[in-house]
Amino acid sequence: MQSIMKLRQVRKAYTTGTVTFEALRGINLMVNRGEFIAVVGPSGSGKSTLMNIMGCLDIPTSGEYRFENQLVNSLSPNQLADIRNRKVGFVFQAFNLLPYATTYENVEIPLLFAKVSGRKRKQRITELLARLGLADKAANKPTELSGGEMQRVAIARALANEPDVILADEPTGNLDSASGAEIVNIFRELWQSGKTVIVISHDVSIAEHAERIVRLKDGLIETNGDLSREQPASGTDNQSLS
Amino acid sequence: MNPALSIKQFLNDMRRQKLRTMLTMFGIFWGTCAIVLLFAFGKGMTEAQLKSQKGLGENIGIFWPGITSREYKGLASGRRIRPSEDDVLLIKSKATTLARISPEYSRWNVPMKYGKNTTIRNVVGVWPEFSQMRNLIPDYGSRFLNETDMAAKRRVVFIGNRLKDDLFGDEEAVGETVLINGVPFTVIGVMKTKRQDSSYNGRDARKAFIPSSTFKTMYSRRYLNDFVAQCKPELTMEIARQEIFEILGAKYRFDPTDEEALAVWDITKGFAFLKTFFLAFRMFLLGIGIATLITGGIGVSNIMNVVLEERTKEIGIKMALGARKSHILTQFVFETLLITGVGGIFGFLFAYTVVSVFPMFNLEDYVGIPTVDIWGGVGVVLLLGIVGLVAGVFPARRAANLQPVQALKLF
Repeated sequence: MQSIMKLRQVRKAYTTGTVTFEALRGINLMVNRGEFIAVVGPSGSGKSTLMNIMGCLDIPTSGEYRFENQLVNSLSPNQLADIRNRKVGFVFQAFNLLPYATTYENVEIPLLFAKVSGRKRKQRITELLARLGLADKAANKPTELSGGEMQRVAIARALANEPDVILADEPTGNLDSASGAEIVNIFRELWQSGKTVIVISHDVSIAEHAERIVRLKDGLIETNGDLSREQPASGTDNQSLS
Repeated sequence: MNPALSIKQFLNDMRRQKLRTMLTMFGIFWGTCAIVLLFAFGKGMTEAQLKSQKGLGENIGIFWPGITSREYKGLASGRRIRPSEDDVLLIKSKATTLARISPEYSRWNVPMKYGKNTTIRNVVGVWPEFSQMRNLIPDYGSRFLNETDMAAKRRVVFIGNRLKDDLFGDEEAVGETVLINGVPFTVIGVMKTKRQDSSYNGRDARKAFIPSSTFKTMYSRRYLNDFVAQCKPELTMEIARQEIFEILGAKYRFDPTDEEALAVWDITKGFAFLKTFFLAFRMFLLGIGIATLITGGIGVSNIMNVVLEERTKEIGIKMALGARKSHILTQFVFETLLITGVGGIFGFLFAYTVVSVFPMFNLEDYVGIPTVDIWGGVGVVLLLGIVGLVAGVFPARRAANLQPVQALKLF
């Protein structure tokens, strides 16, 4: 299978004053096109840092990260912005919708940055909102939506420029179980339609759907393997498979 | 970026920071208003002052009899120098620095009568050139004295506009006969109303002007009260004064450098002073206006920093969605320009309204008519643009240089 992301000895250190904290301490990971990966691990294990790096929101302190064979370390801020805009779709735990903008406008933002023409924008947004069951919410602001609806808006926004990769950080963390299940189904559908889906989650149900689980601990990959070789949903399996 | 969304965001920011935005806008509003108004009034006052100075005359000097203060070629000091009309003719024929010259005879408390109206005023005898030098402009359908009046010693009179009002009221004066000291004179002209802020023999508006030849015949005068000389426009009155002193000094044998031989009032000196004074005045006003605007600009910069703090997360979201630095930068600068722009437009409109309404108060005589000049407006707009840009660029650069991860984490 064709790889889309390749991380080799990726380290990330944060310095606050004189204290340096190493969030990632040498990650080796390969993500293939069309995979569904769940990243799990206790808090502080480096999950979010890993996602930020994979999504080009941040660059490694050392090591090598290639996105579609491009060495990300060497890209300019504008090139990174373009990757975030066209190649990657982010879904956050806190939804991160612009509070003063309507559903329609929130989904429109990535299209505006991509300079998509007005007519095409409208077509694309209408299509996305219909697909995510939000057609009647186009004119509502985030405060007028339920948690599940907000997360669906965020997913629509993430899909706006038809990215290859969907990166989600605890997408069901702020939702009740019913809405959570709904979102999980959407991710599953996306994966089935050919997207690469990487989800950070504590949610057992997401991990169940994933093809592969990457378990982090203290900035290192503890286990990395597909579900068939792991006890499903045990969550405490320490056996190293890499 | 979508302009509609930008404006929406701006309005949203405004709502969140209502008081602060309003105060900031007010700062810009006030700065603009102050600059425009100060300039408008400064200009109006300057023009009013210069205009009323010109009421007395342009580039002229007035020469009175004097007493020598130095011994010269064996002659004692303290001799009286009293020019006559012949001396003025002599100066006219010899001087190369002068554009015009005219003698002036003067007599106070002369009774003047038309019908039942009587008044006691000042009569002066002058040459026709006097009119151009002293800005005595004839009103419609009338004229000033001319060479024929002079040669024929005609009994004709040119009267000031207020003297005309005193004698004739609303009636037509030109062609009528007035009695001056009991002698009939035909009115040939009425002076057009002018503003005059200084005089040496009473205001022109209440005087009667007759040919010097007629005056001499009436009152048998040998010496002049004074004479008025105007230098050529490209020269200064000081050079002309020296030449006059040389010509008369040679005739009456006084030291041409003896400044007391004739008493001189050089109008141009006051003019130069006034011009410098008003320039300084306007610079001062400009300084105040700019300082106010800069204060406003600091306010704008400050509020944009607050906006930045509040919007850090949004910037992070936008960066995650693919915003480039330039998108963030543009939006911040746009908002800053919007604040300064709105404040500036209202300031300008307010000032413009004040200036437009002002003439209704009839204070023209004191402060002149304020005018907003186009270049002043353009200057204010440019200044505002610069203030806005400088105020916006620093917070904007701070915003654009945020790392996406940092921005997203700050909530």
